[in-house]
Amino acid sequence: MAGGDTATVPGTPQSLARSRPRYGEMAIKAILLIAALVSVATTVGIVVSLLEPTIKFFGEVSAVEFFTSTDWGPLFEPPHYGVLPLVSATLITTGIAIVVAVPLGLASAIYLSEYAKPRVRKFFKPVLEVLAGIPTVVFGFFALSFVTPLLRSVLPFEIEIFNALSAGLVVGFMIIPIVASLSEDAMSAVPNSLREGSFALGASRMITSLRVVLPAAFSGIVAAVILAISRGAGETMIVYIAGGGQPNFTLDLGQAMQTMAAFIAAAGSGDVPVGTVDYDTIFAVGALLFVMTFVMNFVSARLVRKYREVYE
Amino acid sequence: MAVLSTPRSAVELASKGRPVKEILFRTVLLASLALALIFLIALLTFVLTEGWPRLDARLWENMPSIRNPEIAGAQSAITGTLWVISLTAVFTIPTGIAAAIYLEEYADRTRWYNRVIELNIQNLAAIPSIVYGILGLGIIARTIGLGFSVITASITLGLLVLPIVIIASREAIRAVPPSIREGSLALGATQWQTIYRQVLPASIPGIATGSILALSRAIGEAAPLIMLGAVSFIRFNPDGIFASYTVLPIQIFNWISQSREGFHVLAAAAIVILLLILLLMNSVAIWLRNRYQKRW
Repeated sequence: MAGGDTATVPGTPQSLARSRPRYGEMAIKAILLIAALVSVATTVGIVVSLLEPTIKFFGEVSAVEFFTSTDWGPLFEPPHYGVLPLVSATLITTGIAIVVAVPLGLASAIYLSEYAKPRVRKFFKPVLEVLAGIPTVVFGFFALSFVTPLLRSVLPFEIEIFNALSAGLVVGFMIIPIVASLSEDAMSAVPNSLREGSFALGASRMITSLRVVLPAAFSGIVAAVILAISRGAGETMIVYIAGGGQPNFTLDLGQAMQTMAAFIAAAGSGDVPVGTVDYDTIFAVGALLFVMTFVMNFVSARLVRKYREVYE
Repeated sequence: MAVLSTPRSAVELASKGRPVKEILFRTVLLASLALALIFLIALLTFVLTEGWPRLDARLWENMPSIRNPEIAGAQSAITGTLWVISLTAVFTIPTGIAAAIYLEEYADRTRWYNRVIELNIQNLAAIPSIVYGILGLGIIARTIGLGFSVITASITLGLLVLPIVIIASREAIRAVPPSIREGSLALGATQWQTIYRQVLPASIPGIATGSILALSRAIGEAAPLIMLGAVSFIRFNPDGIFASYTVLPIQIFNWISQSREGFHVLAAAAIVILLLILLLMNSVAIWLRNRYQKRW
């Protein structure tokens, strides 16, 4: 609007822009837009690649059996297609991971944001970054060859060589950096005036952290936890290596369990012929995992927007 | 009642319960951080002591063997990793930078399609990596027909880390102050000339750091490649982008799955190599960030 119709004086930006269309500039903008659209194409590609085999799968297998039966054995004769053992294994390992990661990650975040001196922060922040950068196959090896033998010698009850407990614990340590760094961001964003107000009323540092900073940063913390849950639920290598390969509908943490992601990896590593129900099964489980993590991410983003405390 | 109790509880909070509880709380917080540190140290020490006996030239001079852990090496996996990651870099870094330039410099944020692109990138960053394996299997390997080859692996990993490159590049571009752009435009440069000659050179350190971190994520990634043929037994180095391949994390995974102890030692030794590569890349990234980062 500024300039508008009256801007006909030669030399103003508008008249220069209008005098000669710059096709080179337009072409560059188009190329850049195409690059940005690659990410959209990725999402479309994921949905398309999941959708077709999943529809075919539900043409062969009843949805009622898939969602209610507790028997999973697509390669057996006759095959069973009850996905609940995979879902329960996913929920159990993720649950163990969250029990580890939320208290430890949150306590770390409170310490870093409210207590630590700059020197201490400078030491501990890279520790969390290194932890976040370790490949999951390495965590898997550690879970199988170190944590499981350790648990077997320490725990009073028997656990199998492949078990949900060890896998879940290590997944928990893997996601600590997500909880810690995102929560710390949220707490650091709480303005100092709130802390000063609290101190002025005589509250101690602990009370200020727990009753002022934590509630003020709550939406960010919840978002961090949900993101960590979705990372844990989608984690493949650790649960595949240390959790074992048999589907198992049980609550016994000492037993082997196969999560959804581990099933996808196990079934996908063999050369499954295209067009068979076995092949479509991989995609049906993949679709379920995708929908579950997608919903969690969506809820997380929503929570942040809805409950965010806005400070100037 | 409430009015009366407030000052009393404030005093209580401030002084009475303070010393013991405060110190205890602080100790618990510090212990949580220390636990994460202990876990990390235990992991590194375990891998190093376990792999030490086999950490020698056999590891990169010999090919994998399923019979004898004594002569087995990881050469095909190391060259495979180099092939896959180089191609991933060629594909994902220019795409990521271009997308970031579009979103930061050109995109009109009031348009719905630009908001869709932004939301979509945030969402992609949170999709489990195994789902990218499904994308690679269903679309890139089967529908497009690239098969189980280096290029399928590279495109899949490239798409997986693309959000990381885009997000890091956007931050680097956003950190260049508008006055630089305005100065350039005022001197008669076009928008692209401004971006290419002013904004990009100023943001290269940040972009490079983000790109290296994205590639180091790709190097360690095993889950999607399990579905893309990397688990097959490969005793040769890849000779082109359509060759069969294996990569270091997958070779490690294969050795972990073997029941014999000798292979576990080998796995630990290969993990040390993998961690050293990652350490090197991250050091370069941190050095770049510290050396070239400008403060405006």
